[in-house]
Amino acid sequence: MNTTVDAAAVIGAAPVAEARNEEAETVNPAVYEFTGTVGDITAAQPRMTARNVDVWYGDKQAIFDVGLDIGQNEIIAMIGPSGCGKSTFLRCLNRMNDTIDICRVSGEIRLGGEDIYDRRMDVVPLRAQVGMVFQKPNPFPKSIYDNIAYGPRIHGLVGSKSELDDLVESTLRKAGLWDEVKDRLEQPGTGLSGGQQQRLCIARAIAVSPEVILMDEPCSALDPIATARVEELMEELRENYTIAIVTHSMQQAARVSQRTAYFHLGRLIEVGNTDDIFTQPRHRLTEDYITGRFG
Amino acid sequence: MNDSAGKTVDLVKAGLHRRHRRERRFRLLGLGAIVIGLSLVGMLFTDIVSKGYTGFFQTGIRLQIDFDPQRLDPEGNRDPAVLSAADYAGLVKQALRTAFPDVKSRRDKRALYRIISSGAALELRAMVLSDPGLIGTSRPVWLTADDDIDMLVKGHVDRTLPETSRRVKDKVIGWLERLEREGAVTTRFNPPFFTHGDSREPEQAGIGGAVMGSLYTILVTFLLSFPLAVATAVYLEEYAPVNRWSDLIEVNINNLAAVPSIVFGLLGLAVFINFFSLPRSAPLVGGLVLTLMTLPTIIIASRAALKSVPPSIREAALGVGASKLQTITHHVLPLAMPGMLTGTIIGMAQALGESAPLLMIGMVAFIVDVPQGVLDPATVLPVQVYLWADSPERAFVERTSAAIMVLLAFLTTMNLLAVILRRRFERRW
Ligand SMILES: Nc1ncnc2c1ncn2[C@@H]1O[C@H](COP(=O)(O)OP(=O)(O)OP(=O)(O)O)[C@@H](O)[C@H]1O
Ligand SMILES: [Mg+2]
Repeated sequence: MNTTVDAAAVIGAAPVAEARNEEAETVNPAVYEFTGTVGDITAAQPRMTARNVDVWYGDKQAIFDVGLDIGQNEIIAMIGPSGCGKSTFLRCLNRMNDTIDICRVSGEIRLGGEDIYDRRMDVVPLRAQVGMVFQKPNPFPKSIYDNIAYGPRIHGLVGSKSELDDLVESTLRKAGLWDEVKDRLEQPGTGLSGGQQQRLCIARAIAVSPEVILMDEPCSALDPIATARVEELMEELRENYTIAIVTHSMQQAARVSQRTAYFHLGRLIEVGNTDDIFTQPRHRLTEDYITGRFG
Repeated sequence: MNDSAGKTVDLVKAGLHRRHRRERRFRLLGLGAIVIGLSLVGMLFTDIVSKGYTGFFQTGIRLQIDFDPQRLDPEGNRDPAVLSAADYAGLVKQALRTAFPDVKSRRDKRALYRIISSGAALELRAMVLSDPGLIGTSRPVWLTADDDIDMLVKGHVDRTLPETSRRVKDKVIGWLERLEREGAVTTRFNPPFFTHGDSREPEQAGIGGAVMGSLYTILVTFLLSFPLAVATAVYLEEYAPVNRWSDLIEVNINNLAAVPSIVFGLLGLAVFINFFSLPRSAPLVGGLVLTLMTLPTIIIASRAALKSVPPSIREAALGVGASKLQTITHHVLPLAMPGMLTGTIIGMAQALGESAPLLMIGMVAFIVDVPQGVLDPATVLPVQVYLWADSPERAFVERTSAAIMVLLAFLTTMNLLAVILRRRFERRW
């Protein structure tokens, strides 16, 4: 019997994909045991706080008792093997999971003291405050201008056309896209390159001045240069926004984030400063993952 | 490694010939299907057009009409009531008697009068009413010929047949040939065919009533079925929870699409006419029945169109804080609109060609007046085709084909319009 299997059996009920029979290491199974999240889940200046979050898809539980703070003006990276629930958790933070019929969320998630899963909470203002950027660039099939202007328009953020023009320009400047698109604002956003599209989507998210931006693998469809450009942009945005990013690239997590959370089979295994996580992981699972043993 | 790779290539190459042959065969098969289909359509069209194009023309006979004041306006005060009640048929008979002074016997005279359509009196009345100054003058006027004469002139009656086996007797042919020699017979384009309602007399029958009836019926159908179907599709696709009920609704909608259309006619008769007491033969009721019939088609197509809108667009809209309704109206519907329109066009084309359910609600009645609204009794193009095809007079044969051509032109225009509309929507990405 190999140890990885044992460890996984201890951690979660789900079938273990990581089983590798050829790997015959003799490690004490106890070090894989999950006895609660390792590290400090709180942040100095929390912007969002999640506590005891459980998520089910139908009968299948995807997130187990996760607690995590997202701090003001920080970038927090969420890493972990495929299917571990990173996207699910991220989508809880702006209630994007509401669109999935079979998805059920319990626990408590607060945005500046307000419980976002409260019955009286409307998702419209919530999503205006917690924006989202998706894995695949998904600009609206409208002009570049309209892509940016859509959010401000529906929320009534601007009074006049000239104000809107200014907002579109400043937003595109913030997203570092202005120089590339200023002559073609009326052309479809879908006609841009992949990297430009993703920056357009980021611009669209920041056009409504959210407090938190959630990014689900924003660079997975981009080449290294476009990725570098987006990462730069995130660093600039950090001054004014709080960013939670899901990524498969540990280098990216190490480059951009201040804190890192490691998920495994629906549980939050370890949280800590990014430097600490990558140099001295405290949980054995984290260590296995960042050293490339599975994931 | 290299060995096995080499073997694979050889095997692939060996089979390549067969694959190519199969591909060619498949392409030929497709091409053949298209050729057969096109030639059938071509045959149909040639047949209809060759039979029907003369239906757009009508024989006229020129007669010297004496607008006799004694006969038209004995009082001389040009009272419209008197003018419209005057004996115009008498004018026509008088003119014929003058043109053929040698026709003496009662029986011959009656045959002579019949070469001009009974509608000629109405034509003269319309002339006088619009210009009373004609009274007291005498002038040549082109009058509509009777349908038998029309058929004769157009060559649909064989003049060499023995007299007893044709509708037009030798004597009449003699008179007509005299008129032809004088240049008083001609076949011209016949605008009244497009404006008149139906008539027992083929030469006076027009497609106008049926065109208007179809127009009103389709209008009612479109105005009801499009919004209803879109609303239903949006609700089912975007709002309805997935459970036993929504499954049941889905199954029922699919079943409804397969119900024979005559059943919808019976339903319309029972519900709209007998229960709600709506008028018989009215485009409103026809539209309601056709709405029932086309709804499933449009709903199914609209749902497919909504399903095909990428979820990433919905997520994008929701992600910036659009409400569900905003997401649907701003993003999902515009993207689904071309597909919805395609479904609607198919439904409308189906409705336009439908006759069976309309027979049930009385749209098959003989209606002379052109309908002025959705509550007037009316008939529709396919039913008009059916009515004329069922009439014994030879002259209705070409009218039937002409009516089919009008129906096809109507359909083509509608489809064209829809394609243009769809392009417009698609251009908004
Ligand atoms: N819409 C859904 N319906 C049912 N199960 C789902 C759904 N979305 C996710 N899941 C399940 O929830 C679990 C977590 O999925 P999630 O997408 O959060 O993983 P992830 O960590 O983002 O993976 P990846 O890195 O591959 O994106 C998986 O087991 C997945 O199969
Ligand atoms: Mg994911």
